[in-house]
Amino acid sequence: MNYFELFNIDVGFDLDLAQLSADYQKLQKVSHPDRFATASDKQKLIAVQQSAQLNDAYSTLKSPLPRAEYLLSLKGIDLNHEKTTMQDNLFLMQQMEWREQLEDIKHAQDIDALESLDEEMQTQIRLHLQRVKDWLATDCSQSHHSAADEVRKLKFLYKLRDEIAHLEEKLSND
Amino acid sequence: MAYSDKVIDHYENPRNVGGFDKNDPSIATGMVGAPACGDVMKLQLKIDKNGVIEDAKFKTYGCGSAIASSSLVTEWVKGKTIEEAVTIKNTDIAEELALPPVKIHCSILAEDAIKAAVEDYKSRHQA
Repeated sequence: MNYFELFNIDVGFDLDLAQLSADYQKLQKVSHPDRFATASDKQKLIAVQQSAQLNDAYSTLKSPLPRAEYLLSLKGIDLNHEKTTMQDNLFLMQQMEWREQLEDIKHAQDIDALESLDEEMQTQIRLHLQRVKDWLATDCSQSHHSAADEVRKLKFLYKLRDEIAHLEEKLSND
Repeated sequence: MAYSDKVIDHYENPRNVGGFDKNDPSIATGMVGAPACGDVMKLQLKIDKNGVIEDAKFKTYGCGSAIASSSLVTEWVKGKTIEEAVTIKNTDIAEELALPPVKIHCSILAEDAIKAAVEDYKSRHQA
């Protein structure tokens, strides 16, 4: 049973997050190991396994990047374990520039500049997520590969976003 | 996860960090990235008229293993011809630095950076 089937929803990038969260709470109650305190060991084990699978499914589906990666894995594209490098020069050059900017901001402890870089990242992430969504709307191998390219780019953007958040926390604590 | 002494040495004292003017005709630039971890690597080679690498510089945003891998290859490629440089294999880098299996992609990144730089040089010197 795949994660979408577990929640009884259609396989796709678009989903209702509020509904997903509500269904998660409901399903979690049903399979919660505490309910099986008096059950047999075998039933307990099954409950624990179901509960773990449900947690995995929820954490995968609730965030757009893991959701897109999971969708692509269902289409046979495994992005998590790939070791091929990306050589899109323009994209990488821009990544380099943003990382250099972040270094400068770190040295200058410039919170305003950090915030505007963060805003730019959010815009970029939205833009690429929209493209992932558009590509995933068509179910053919060519568009799956185009969606995968966008997901690869998003991994660089999310990494940078994490570093921005990390620095934000550091600067606000100082 | 523990880093090997060689990784720590290159990470703490990286060799040849920096860059050259990418518009200089003797400079070749290789840009590569690893989507799995979001690491970005820029390797620049200064190549003389005979195709010998005179100097190399790198800039890497990534983990210790990625920085060590790129630092190591800047040392290895110096004095080599571009034909020799592209024969450097990621397995050589991984072995030298004693990289664990989960960090093999860092050595692949460094190997591909050399190849990308040499490709860049060749594409700009087709007479």
